[in-house]
Amino acid sequence: MKTLDHQAEVRFLQDREGGLLVVSSGSWRVAALNQVAPILERRCRGLRNRPLRWDLSRVSSIDSAGIILLKHYLDQLQAQGCKVEIVGASPAQQRLYQMVASYAMASPETREEHRSRFLRPFTRLGESAVAFLRDINAFLSFVGENFVVLMLLLLQPWKFRYRATIRNIQDAGVGALPIVTLTSFLIGVVIAYQGAVQLQKFGANIFVVDMIAISVTRELAPLITAIVVAGRTGSSYTAQIGVMKITQEIDAMRIMGFEPHRFLVLPRVVAVMIALPLMIFFADIIGILGGMLVANVHLNISFTEFIHRLQNVLEVKHVWIGIAKGPFFAWLIAMTGCFRGFQVSRNTESIGRYTTISVVNAIFLVIACDALFSVLLTELGI
Amino acid sequence: MNPVIRISNVVTRFGSNLVHDGITLSVKKGEIYGLLGGSGSGKSTLLREMIMLQRPQAGEISVLGHDLMSLGRKEAAWLQRQWGVLFQAGALYSSLTVAENIGIKLKEYAHLPKNILGEIVRMKIRMVGLPDHAAELYPAELSGGMIKRASLARALAMDPGLLFLDEPTSGLDPIGAEAFDKLILELREMLDLTVVMVTHDLDSIWTIVDRLAVLGDGKVIAEGSLEEVMRQPHPIIKQFFHGERGRIRSQHGK
Ligand SMILES: Nc1ncnc2c1ncn2[C@@H]1O[C@H](COP(=O)(O)OP(=O)(O)O)[C@@H](O)[C@H]1O
Ligand SMILES: [Mg+2]
Repeated sequence: MKTLDHQAEVRFLQDREGGLLVVSSGSWRVAALNQVAPILERRCRGLRNRPLRWDLSRVSSIDSAGIILLKHYLDQLQAQGCKVEIVGASPAQQRLYQMVASYAMASPETREEHRSRFLRPFTRLGESAVAFLRDINAFLSFVGENFVVLMLLLLQPWKFRYRATIRNIQDAGVGALPIVTLTSFLIGVVIAYQGAVQLQKFGANIFVVDMIAISVTRELAPLITAIVVAGRTGSSYTAQIGVMKITQEIDAMRIMGFEPHRFLVLPRVVAVMIALPLMIFFADIIGILGGMLVANVHLNISFTEFIHRLQNVLEVKHVWIGIAKGPFFAWLIAMTGCFRGFQVSRNTESIGRYTTISVVNAIFLVIACDALFSVLLTELGI
Repeated sequence: MNPVIRISNVVTRFGSNLVHDGITLSVKKGEIYGLLGGSGSGKSTLLREMIMLQRPQAGEISVLGHDLMSLGRKEAAWLQRQWGVLFQAGALYSSLTVAENIGIKLKEYAHLPKNILGEIVRMKIRMVGLPDHAAELYPAELSGGMIKRASLARALAMDPGLLFLDEPTSGLDPIGAEAFDKLILELREMLDLTVVMVTHDLDSIWTIVDRLAVLGDGKVIAEGSLEEVMRQPHPIIKQFFHGERGRIRSQHGK
């Protein structure tokens, strides 16, 4: 039992009649075989049409891996026209050999894809283009399914999962307030600082208020908040749903007649759509507060002065536009998160992959959507 | 002859739940040893203690002459290479194919040329009765019986002398279970295995187990060959072997 992993050995000798004698010795167990495999590979390659005796009598122990190694080179030698005679094999070794041989016959040829190296980039490109189209197709049908469930729910509104929605608002909204506070405050500070340096040159200190107010409420607060939510909530939606997919909870829900869209997706989407606009409004306030602080310290604009100016320059439409982006961003983030969660296949690795994809997609979509808003609103002259 | 595994006075507690209250048993070389007992009687826990996944609160466990309670890192690493384990739920790595699952330990410890490695893996796959095309499948694409077979192949990858099986035939259909039992017998013959298996399966107990221990109330109620165990008057044993299913099974004999 207690075979320590000691040496395996093989030697190639000439015997008296000039024939070749291969002597194996030591422990031919899997942990020691790397000592003999290279020797066999080197010596057996050149042997053609020679009679050969292979002596196993000094092998102290051998396991199935050792037998496979032996058999591999026996077969190779025979294919090269050598006549091999095994000597000194114990009955136990013979039995093991029989067993291995009975399983190891008829090795199937390995599939090798013969594609030219030149064409490979094009195949890759084609494959990823098709994968992209398929992804879009899958997302659209996901949205469609979600829409149908939503329509059915509008007919029976009492079936909506209010409790789950509230809990999701708590998680996605209230839970994210600290990080949103921090980021939007810092954004206000950064904008004020950068503006201050430029505006001081012209002695136009007071215009920093215009700059902070409009940029924060209209663009920065919505964008920053959405990105925070995408990283925090979108990713967790993917992971949550992905785990449920792996543990077959989703299947269990389906067979019990709980549509995942009603129980999992809609509560999350609606929750983020409610929470995000509120968070944007909150981020507006904090961002302006940050700017106000810097303006006070750096540009000597007193708080009253700042607020007075703010009332004059900040049209309320800017705030509304910023908040109105919220539900759109929220929909994109939550839908992407859930959609990617459902794409998780049944292995643990794919959770990580799809979570990453989900965040990257959500942030991209948010920024693209924001750009669309800018173009549209400018064209409309708002 | 020295027993391969010797367990004495093992005590295991999870919080206030006393699972083992002085377990003593021993497994001899070359035998198929069954661990029986009701659900929750601590069979899996005992198995986990034998393979160093868990430490008992008190008692001694020695495997292949090494005391698990006082083991150096080197010895532990050596011991871990002497056994293969088939977990209750398979525990195949879900991100690897069946072939990669079987080959991973070989690749790590044996450093063999790729083609030899592939041949070893292919032989193990056939040895446990899986079709060749299963090699490229992921665990999620396997049926319950195939998962058991694939993880048995993985357990056998390094030709261990000791094999631990946690309910190998549970969840298999009767035909599959019988084939699995036969497979284990065959492998024992060919590879000189010592097998410790947790099982509920009366058929396995009748056909392949050489000796067994019945756990109950945190203790070993009976240990020995099937005849010896069945002679014990303990109510749990009565229930197990002389209940309806046990009676039918014992009429058929081996
Ligand atoms: N990690 C753990 N933490 C707490 N309790 C455990 C743990 N593992 C097992 N148990 C408890 O130990 C007992 C025995 O479990 P187990 O060995 O799995 O039983 P079985 O004989 O069915 O395999 C059970 O009551 C179980 O609840
Ligand atoms: Mg168990």
